[in-house]
Amino acid sequence: MVNVLERLGHEVDYPEGQTCCGQPAFNSGYFPEAKKVADHFLNTFADADLIAVPSGSCTAMIRKFYPELYQDSPQSQVVSELSGRVFEFTELLVNHLGVTDVGAKLEGTATYHDGCHGLRELGIQDAPRKLLENVKGLSLVEMDEAQSCCGFGGTFAIKFPQISTAMTQVKLGSAAQTEADYLISGDPSCLMQIGGYFSRQNSSIQCLHIAEVLDQQ
Amino acid sequence: MSQSTNPTTQFQTDANRVTADDDRRSFLRSSLRGYQTTRTATQERFLNYESARIAAGDAKWEAIENLDTYLAQFADKLEARGATVHWCNDSEEARSAILEIIKKHDAQSVIKSKCMTTEEIHLNDLLEKEGFEVVESDLGEFIVQLREEAPYHFVFPAMHLKKEEINTLFQEKLKSINTNDPEELTMVAREVLRQKYLSADIGISGANFGVAETGMISITENEGNARLTTSLPKVHISLMGIEKIIPRLEDLALLLPMLATAGTGQHLTCYNSQLGGPRQEDESDGPVEMHVVLLDNHRTRLLADPEQRDALRCIRCGACLNVCPIFKNVGGHTYGTTYQGPIGSVITPHLRGLKDWKHLSHSSSLCGACSETCPVKIDLHHHLLRNRRDAAGKGQGGIGEKILMVGFTIVMRRPWLYRLAGGLGKLGHVLTKPIHGTRIDPFYAWKKTRDLDDPAKQSFKQYWKSRK
Repeated sequence: MVNVLERLGHEVDYPEGQTCCGQPAFNSGYFPEAKKVADHFLNTFADADLIAVPSGSCTAMIRKFYPELYQDSPQSQVVSELSGRVFEFTELLVNHLGVTDVGAKLEGTATYHDGCHGLRELGIQDAPRKLLENVKGLSLVEMDEAQSCCGFGGTFAIKFPQISTAMTQVKLGSAAQTEADYLISGDPSCLMQIGGYFSRQNSSIQCLHIAEVLDQQ
Repeated sequence: MSQSTNPTTQFQTDANRVTADDDRRSFLRSSLRGYQTTRTATQERFLNYESARIAAGDAKWEAIENLDTYLAQFADKLEARGATVHWCNDSEEARSAILEIIKKHDAQSVIKSKCMTTEEIHLNDLLEKEGFEVVESDLGEFIVQLREEAPYHFVFPAMHLKKEEINTLFQEKLKSINTNDPEELTMVAREVLRQKYLSADIGISGANFGVAETGMISITENEGNARLTTSLPKVHISLMGIEKIIPRLEDLALLLPMLATAGTGQHLTCYNSQLGGPRQEDESDGPVEMHVVLLDNHRTRLLADPEQRDALRCIRCGACLNVCPIFKNVGGHTYGTTYQGPIGSVITPHLRGLKDWKHLSHSSSLCGACSETCPVKIDLHHHLLRNRRDAAGKGQGGIGEKILMVGFTIVMRRPWLYRLAGGLGKLGHVLTKPIHGTRIDPFYAWKKTRDLDDPAKQSFKQYWKSRK
C-alpha cells in the first residue's frame, strides 16, 4: 500500500505508536474497553491529513462505529472530523484520488471477494474491481456469491468454528468454479480465514491482498 | 431438542451435526437460492424498491410508536362487530384463554392454519394433552406435525425435507401410495385435510396484520387452507402478537406485496383475506363466534428498548433467513427457537431472556446480509452487536473473556507493550511448536480446520525502520 501510494506521488507516514482500532473488543460487546483503544488511535492519528487503511473492516470501525462509541462525549466532534479523513485503500485510490490504473501487472485469472464491512458498512463494491480490471495481464472473473461472508467474523471464527469453516467451504466451492489462480480481497482478516482454509484443503488458489496485487510491476 | 438441555450447548451440538452434513446443507442452499433468485426478479418490478422499503418500514413504525392507540382502535372495531378480544400478557394467559373457549364449545377437534405465534405459546402440546385432536392444515405444517417436529423455517416449515422423505413419511403415517411426485403428495394431504375441515369444531389461525382502521385481521396464504380454517368451523380463534397492528387499510396495498416479494418472491400471495368478525345477521356463512387473542409475551419489553424496538416492525417474511449464511449452514432447528435466523437471534433474547439466548447474537459474523435484505429495514446485525454489548455489560461473557478484553486494552494502549507482546507471541509460537495442531494447542479452535501462517519474521514497524 505504501509503495503504491508513493508511486502515485504521495507522501506516506507510519505513526509508529499505532496498535489496533479496537474492533475485537467492540465486536465482542466490550464497548468501554474498545473506546479506550480508540482513544489511543485518536491520539496517534490526530495530525494525519488522510488516513489510509488496508482493510474495509478497520475503516468501518473508525468511520462508522467510532461516532457511535463517542456519542454524547466531549470528543464527538473530533471523532466525526477524523472519521471523514479515514479511507479504505481502494476507495481512497478510486473515489478520493480518482486513480483507477496504478500501472500494476500480474498474469493470471483472479476473482474478488468482498469483505462484508467494506461492502455493507461502507458501500465499497466498484472501486476494487475498477483497479483490478486495469491490472495488466489479469482477467477478473466474478465468483458465485462473491458477496457472501467468508466465515471469519472475528471471535465468531473461534466461538463457532464449525459454522465459520462451513461458510469458507462454500466460498472455496465458488472460487474453485471460476478456475481462478488468485482470490483477491481488501481485508486481511478475510484472507487469513480463506487462505487458512484453502491451504488446509490443498487448493491451488493463491490468496492475495489487493495492495499486494497493485504493487506488482 | 430436549427441554433440559442448555440452549448454548444444544445450539453448538446441532450446529456440529448440520455443518458436517454436506448433502443437507447443499439441499438447503439450493432451495434458498431459488427463493433469492425469484425475489430479486420480483423486486426489480417495483418502480423503486428502496423507497418501498422505507415506506413499509414507516407504516409499521407508526403503528409501533402508537401501539396503545391503534390496538384500542383495532379491538373496539372488532368488538363492535361481535368478535371477542382477549388481552393476554404471556403464553400462560393466552393458552388459558384459548383452552377456555374450546372447552366452552364442547369441541372435539381443532383445525389450524399456519400460525407461528401458536408455536411460541406451545398451543398444540397443551391441546393434545387436554385430549383434543389438533390438525395443521398448511401443507408444510402438516408435514412437520406428522414428523412430530417444530417448523424448520417460520415461512417454509418443511423446507428441509426432500420429496422422497415426504413420500416415506406419508406412506408410514397416512398409508399413502408410493410416489415422489409433489403434486400427488399434495393430493394425499388434501384428501386427509378436507375431511378434517368438515369435522372440526374450532378453527385457529394467526394474523399477518391487524388493521386498526377497520378492525380486521389480514391473513396471507397460498393454499386456501386459512380461508377454510377461518370460515368452516363454527368458532374461529385468531392468535396474534400485538406488534402485528398496522394503522390503515391502505397500508396493506404496500405491505401485502412487500411481504410476498420478500418472503417468497411472489408479486402477491395467492389468497389474502380480511376478517372482521363472526357471521353477521344478514350473512349466510362464516363462524358463529370469532375470538382475537392479543399476545404480549414480552413484546412490550422490546417496545421499551429505544434502540431495538424497530425489531417490532418485522412482518415475518423470512427474507433475513433466506440470505443468512449462518441459517444456510446450520438450518432452522439448530436455533432451538420459535423464530429462527437473524430476526430470531435479535428478538429471542428480549422475549426469553438474554442470559440463555445471548449465544445467538454471537453466532453471527455480523455480515449484514440480513439488514440489507429486510423489507422494513430493521437494523438486524447491529442489534446483534447491541445484544452482545448488553450481555458483556452484565458480565455474562464470563470472567475469562473480561480478563482477555481488559488485557487487550492494556496492551493496545501501550505501543511498547504491543511490541513486547508481538515478540512474546513469536517466542511462544516457537516454544509451542511441539503441540501445534494438537488439542492443547491454544489455537486449536482455529487450526482444527484452518492453517495459520507463521508470524512474519519482520514486523511492519521493523520493515518501516529499515526502509527509511
